[in-house]
Amino acid sequence: MSIIESGNVAAALGVKLCRANVIAAYPITPQTPLTEKLSELVESGEMNAEYIPVESEHSALGVCIAASSTGARAFTATSANGLLYMHEQLHWAAGARLPIVMCVANRGVGAPWTVWNDQQDSLSQRDTGWIQLYAADHQEIINTVIKAYYVAEQTSIPVMVCYDGYILSHTHMPFEVPDQEKVDAFLPPFRPNYALDPSMPANLNTVTLPEPRNNIRGELAHGYMELRYLLHEGMIRAIEVVGEAEQRFNEIFSVSGTAYMDMYKCDDATYIAVAMGSLSLHLRVVADILRDEGIKLGIIGIKLYRPFPCGIVADALKDRDGIIVMEKAISYGYVGPLYSDICSCLYTQGLDGPSPGFPYVHNYILGLGGRTIRTIDLMDAIRPICTGKRIKDQPGWIGLKI
Amino acid sequence: MGSRECGQITSHSEPGPGDGGRTGSWRVLRPVIDLEACIPSRRKVAACFICWLYCPDGVITRTIPPSIDYEYCKGCGICAEECPTKAITMVEESKFALEEK
Repeated sequence: MSIIESGNVAAALGVKLCRANVIAAYPITPQTPLTEKLSELVESGEMNAEYIPVESEHSALGVCIAASSTGARAFTATSANGLLYMHEQLHWAAGARLPIVMCVANRGVGAPWTVWNDQQDSLSQRDTGWIQLYAADHQEIINTVIKAYYVAEQTSIPVMVCYDGYILSHTHMPFEVPDQEKVDAFLPPFRPNYALDPSMPANLNTVTLPEPRNNIRGELAHGYMELRYLLHEGMIRAIEVVGEAEQRFNEIFSVSGTAYMDMYKCDDATYIAVAMGSLSLHLRVVADILRDEGIKLGIIGIKLYRPFPCGIVADALKDRDGIIVMEKAISYGYVGPLYSDICSCLYTQGLDGPSPGFPYVHNYILGLGGRTIRTIDLMDAIRPICTGKRIKDQPGWIGLKI
Repeated sequence: MGSRECGQITSHSEPGPGDGGRTGSWRVLRPVIDLEACIPSRRKVAACFICWLYCPDGVITRTIPPSIDYEYCKGCGICAEECPTKAITMVEESKFALEEK
C-alpha cells in the first residue's frame, strides 16, 4: 500500500509492522510526532504493545533495557539533547548486548538551543557500541526500521536508525508500506540471547573483574576485556549481517536496495561527493548540473556508519581524482567525523593494496543547526575542487556568514 | 583454552560460590580462628556460630570446628569483631606470603 505521510509516521508504521512489544519514549522535537503516533496505535488497539510513559530519555532507554532483558522487542526514539541524556544507557544497552532499536530524528545540540537539523547528536554517540544506520528518505526510514530489528537480533547489538529532523521527520512524501505478512516472514520472533528467568535467578552485567573467573559450574567466564573484544567482534560481523539483511529484504519484498551506500552516477566519476542522510539526495541535483558543465561528479550516500564498512567504502573511492566529504557535524578542533573515517580507510586500504596513491580528500561542514543548504552554494563549493583546487587547512565551511 | 568456550557474550553471575571472582585475592588481613577459644570447637556442640551468621560473604561454615574459605574471604574483619570470645584474630597477609611460597 502506498501512502503520503511524514517521516516520523513512516518510522512509527515500521515499528508497528515489527510487532514491538514495549515502547518507552520521552517527547522531544522533532521526534515527538513519532511517539505520538505510536501511543495512538497502542491506545486504539491497532498495536499490541505496552506503551510506558517516562519522565526522561534516561528512563526511556532504561525501560527498554529492562524490557529487552526479559526477551521483549523494545523501541524508543529521541533527538539531540534527549539522546545525550541517554548517553550512559547507550553504552549499557550495547554492553548488555540488547537488540533495542531506536530512531533518532537528527537535530543540532545545545547550547545554544536549536530545534533544527544537523547530525552532531547521533555522530557524537559514535563510540557507544550501537550500530548506526542513516536513512535518506521516507521509504528508507520505514524499510530501515524493519531491517534494523533483524540486524539487532541477529547480532545482539542495538541499532540507531537516524534521519534528518524536519527535512525528513516533518515533510510528507509518498512511500510504500510493506505488507504485514511479508514483514513477519522477514523478521522471525525475537529469541533473546540470554533472558531473565525467575526459575534461574542471575545478576546481569555484574561487576566483572579484570581477569576471567570460574563461574559456579567451573567454566572459565569472561573478564571485562574479553567482553569488550566480543562487542567489537560482533560489530565487525554486523557488516556482513547488514548485507545479508538487505539481500533477504530485497528478495522478500521484491525491491532492489543497497546495504552500505547508495551510489549515484559513480561509474565514470572522477570526483565523488560523500554525505549521509537527505543531503546525499540533494547532492544528486548538483551532480546532474555539474555534469552539464563537463565535471564527472558522482554521489555516495553512506547508510551504514557504525560499523564502518571500510573496505567497501575504500574500494568505491580509491581510484578517483578527488573526494569531497560533506558533513552536518564536526569534531571540534579537528575535522568532520566522516572525513576522518574516510581518510583513515583510504590510508589503510592503500597500505594493503597495490596502489600507494590516495585521492585528494576535501572536507566541508555545512547546514549546522538548520542553516539552509542552497544548491548553488553546493555547486560553488564542489566546482573548484573538481577543477584542481587543493587546500591544506581542512575543513572548509559552506554558507558561513562570519 | 580461553573464556570463549563458556559460550556467553555478556557478563552475568548466578547464586553460588565463586561467581563474583576469586575475591580472596583482595584480602590484606586474614581471619585466623583460635580453636581453643572458639565456643563450638571447645564444647564440641553446635552453638554460637556468630561468625557464620555475620559473615557478609558466606565463607564461614556452620561446622565443628567452623572453617573459613580463604579463596573468597575478603578479610573484612566482621567475624573477628563479632566473636564473643575473641577467638578470631586478623593477621597480616604478608605473614603468610613467605610460608605459602
